[in-house]
Amino acid sequence: MSAAGTLPPDETRLGVGAPIQDTRGDKIALACIYTALALFCVSVLYPLVYVISASISNTHKVSAGEVWLWPVGFTLDAYKAIFDYKSIVTGFGNSVYYAVAGAVVATVLTLLAAYPLSRKGLPGKGLIMAAFVFTMMFSGGIIPTYLVVDQLGLLNTRWAMILPAALAVWNVIITRTYFMVTIPEELVEAGKVDGCSDFGFFWRVVLPLSKPIIAVNLLFYAVGQWNSFFNALIYLTNEHLFPLQVILRQILIQSKIDPSQMPDASKLLQLKELQQQLKYSLIVIGMIPPLLVYPFVQKHFVKGAMIGSLKG
Amino acid sequence: MTASTETRAGVESRARSKSRVRAAKPAVRLGVRMRRNWQLYAMLALPLIWLAIFAYWPMYGVIIAFKDYNVVSGIWGSPWVGFKHFHRFAESYQFWKLIKNTVYLHVYELVATFPLPIILALCLNTVRKKWFSRSAQLITYAPHFISTVVVVGLIVVLTNPNTGVANKFIGLFGFGPVDFMGDAGLFRHVYVWSGAWQTMGFSAIIYLAALTSVPPELHEAAIVDGASRLRRMWHIDLPSIVPVAVILLILNIGSILSVGFEKVLLLQNNLNLDTAEVIDTYVYKIGLASQVPQFSYATAIGLFRSVIGLVLLVLANTFARRFAKSSLW
Repeated sequence: MSAAGTLPPDETRLGVGAPIQDTRGDKIALACIYTALALFCVSVLYPLVYVISASISNTHKVSAGEVWLWPVGFTLDAYKAIFDYKSIVTGFGNSVYYAVAGAVVATVLTLLAAYPLSRKGLPGKGLIMAAFVFTMMFSGGIIPTYLVVDQLGLLNTRWAMILPAALAVWNVIITRTYFMVTIPEELVEAGKVDGCSDFGFFWRVVLPLSKPIIAVNLLFYAVGQWNSFFNALIYLTNEHLFPLQVILRQILIQSKIDPSQMPDASKLLQLKELQQQLKYSLIVIGMIPPLLVYPFVQKHFVKGAMIGSLKG
Repeated sequence: MTASTETRAGVESRARSKSRVRAAKPAVRLGVRMRRNWQLYAMLALPLIWLAIFAYWPMYGVIIAFKDYNVVSGIWGSPWVGFKHFHRFAESYQFWKLIKNTVYLHVYELVATFPLPIILALCLNTVRKKWFSRSAQLITYAPHFISTVVVVGLIVVLTNPNTGVANKFIGLFGFGPVDFMGDAGLFRHVYVWSGAWQTMGFSAIIYLAALTSVPPELHEAAIVDGASRLRRMWHIDLPSIVPVAVILLILNIGSILSVGFEKVLLLQNNLNLDTAEVIDTYVYKIGLASQVPQFSYATAIGLFRSVIGLVLLVLANTFARRFAKSSLW
């Protein structure tokens, strides 16, 4: 979805007979805009490319500052060391689990909330909507939420990662708006005339028409789960349940390497030597999954966000 | 007005809830309508249960801010102490430091990064070459999808005084290595500009959406009148995104005391704590991370922050409605 694409070139709109040339000032302005955008893109990309290059370069070349853009002295040692470090592997597995399970649960809840709230003339709809929206403006805060999770006995279970984050009101609003735009009232009436129940209509008509918004929700929640670390920090103390982000924080930011996570001492020595390198490769591991997914779904995502923002 | 008045376009939540209360007397029609829609309510059941447990139950739990909470007596059984915890916070030596750090950080972030997505969207909207604007969008969205932990990890690694490429780079110009993470004076710049790097592209989406609604005829007429490209950006494109910008600004002001908590926490270390301690991280530390968690005191500080946020939101909204003719509700 490019916004620029929807503006037809002036020449064609004005007729081929009267092409309007850009003035010199316009050309300069355009050139500046292109340059600024290109520079910004480079500055966004550079750190990412650099980290990837550094992660597969020789560790001494990196610390000596010989790596600028492309890898120098190609090696995969850092990645090999990662796979020997047990908690990274289990963390990766846990993160995948939380992302998939969390996305499915949250998407189901979001669809269930959004569809009834998109229907005209449902008694009490405004009140329910207000109850949802109010939580965006005011919340109990982290301590009372923690106490609730504690009282439910969810501390140190996988549910603590999935349930408290199982609904984002913003997504309910976007999804509801999508339904209001794409499911016309006439369709609902037609379904009723044909004797379709609300469940049947939702299952057979609404869901098949809503693939883009379902994709948006799944992606949004999955990326959110993959990237979240704070819930794990406060709700989990059992390290077998830790998602990757918590492990990343320990190694990347706090520079903690736990010897008990390595199978033998010789590997530990190697790890110490590789420590800096390890950080680069860990950053790559942490950022690759969302970056692989988002280009495929970003079209839907942008569309969903646009519909939501315009009509919400 | 009874419940039988079918929904009129634009009837908003407050009006609806009122009509529902009034409809209690002639309940027949309403009852029939509700029964007819029972399947829709059934669908709402699960989300509402979730909302009750994870959003409203904690709101009830906020009352421990006015109590001395202890685990044995529970939320209701603990003794009331009124505003004790609020007084204690207001008199603590941390109070002004926390307020100053939080407000300073947020205002800096707001002033420095609020206009950037607008400029980016205006530029992207002017670009004619589709492939260029498509790839520019794809690239600039990317950092939004990277986790906070990884972004902070990136900062730590790239600015490392010995091995980081950022320091190698400024070394080329003859400047000594700078410890970006260990300098309290640099913390705010690191926080704000890494945030700009991460969110600028994605925040531009909403403005791009608003720009698609600008009628092309306006541009044509302006071209015929000899308006330059920059003039058209200024006089046609910019005014069309002002309403959206105002709404985002209101929301931003409402969250003035709740800066990006996770990122601040991750960026903190003993060396920069002087400027990096904000209200939310303090709440976390005394409430959950300390050996002797002070649930009530931490909740009181958190509540203080939420209430100020809510008040600011309402104030900003009132101002916007009066002066910019656009508002949240």
